Amino acid sequence: MKLTLKIWRQENATAKGSMHTYSLDGVSPDMSFLEMMDVLNEQLMEQGIDPVAFDHDCREGICGSCSMFINGEAHGPDRLITTCQLHMRKFKDGDTIHIEPFRAKPFPVIKDLVVDRTAFDRIQHAGGFVSVNTSGNTQDANAIPIEKADADKAFDAATCIGCGACVATCKNASAMLFVSAKVSQYALLPQGQVEATDRVLNMVKQMDDEGFGNCTNTGACEVECPKGISLENIARMNREYLSANVKG
Amino acid sequence: MLPYTIGDYLADDIRTGTISTDTPEFEEAEQRVQAQIESFINNKGTKTVDYFHRKLGKIIWNKCGMSRNEAGLKEAIQEVKALREEFYKDVFVPGTADSFNEPLAKALRVADFLELGELFAKDALERTESCGGHFREESQSPEGEALRDDVNFTFVSAWEYKGEPSNAKLHKEPLNYENIELKTRSYK
Repeated sequence: MKLTLKIWRQENATAKGSMHTYSLDGVSPDMSFLEMMDVLNEQLMEQGIDPVAFDHDCREGICGSCSMFINGEAHGPDRLITTCQLHMRKFKDGDTIHIEPFRAKPFPVIKDLVVDRTAFDRIQHAGGFVSVNTSGNTQDANAIPIEKADADKAFDAATCIGCGACVATCKNASAMLFVSAKVSQYALLPQGQVEATDRVLNMVKQMDDEGFGNCTNTGACEVECPKGISLENIARMNREYLSANVKG
Repeated sequence: MLPYTIGDYLADDIRTGTISTDTPEFEEAEQRVQAQIESFINNKGTKTVDYFHRKLGKIIWNKCGMSRNEAGLKEAIQEVKALREEFYKDVFVPGTADSFNEPLAKALRVADFLELGELFAKDALERTESCGGHFREESQSPEGEALRDDVNFTFVSAWEYKGEPSNAKLHKEPLNYENIELKTRSYK
């Protein structure tokens, strides 16, 4: 396959970025999108051009690193996948592909396609955990019976990989799908009840402090989410938030 | 994700507090890393880091993989050593030392792999038994099953860093089984 790639290049957070055009030949339809980027970078380095910086880690759809906005969609065309799970067979020979970083104010560009998503880490630190005594006498989590329906929903919420596709997709740069998944995975389980009130209040506060926008129920995040996190989680978080405020 | 023992081992460190970087050991380590970074950036080589990474992977896969033998391991040691020398002479790392630089980070990792790869082969060469998932071709039963050598190898090998992997020093940590006896596993 022969491709024309239009890629966002930006030296650092403060530099002005712009789209650059590169042509790439000999791309196999069986390559993943990231492998195609590897081939491009080999070619660029041979030509003495600085390679395109992009995030990647596991390359098997679980780490949530590969934050690329491809042809106007987070992680490109196709559903329920990350960029590393996107294959070049989804494109046609001769295609022009636009590649940009995830764009949101709380995700500043570090370089080219790499953005700083530590805002998500700070939200997690604010409440995305349960405190457990590590004395060695910790009760086995499996010993606590949990209704199947709740266990399934908690597990579905827990599949969120924190990639930020929801933020990049949202017209408001809202992080509510992410935060609600993290709140829900504990809200649905007895282990999460002890810190439930503080959790939702602190996580929502951190989310607001980071500068993420609010949800206007468009639902685009749910469509682009590689893990299919449901909008239902946002409703649950709002309910948790309301009752936490009432409890004070 | 971690075994219970590691969490327990690390738990006390919560109270350790910040560890000072104002020590001669830290200074020395920092200078060493800085010198390595500078040498990569200033090296006027012709081949990318990935070129060396791939070549190393092929050597290890072919000669130090799940099935290995003495001749292959000896070749692997020589090949990795030669590749390491070529790497330092001919690697090309673009960009600068003080910016986000993925190829530079990779160069530092691959430099480690090129040492560790040779040590892998050295360790595999000295352990002449078939053990765990690894099949030493010279060590098999008449039926072609993996043959362990508990008399000579009931220990964990811990290699002490001495610069060149060929100089690494072996420390044997004996495996003492108290509650089970060593047996040969059978899948028949």
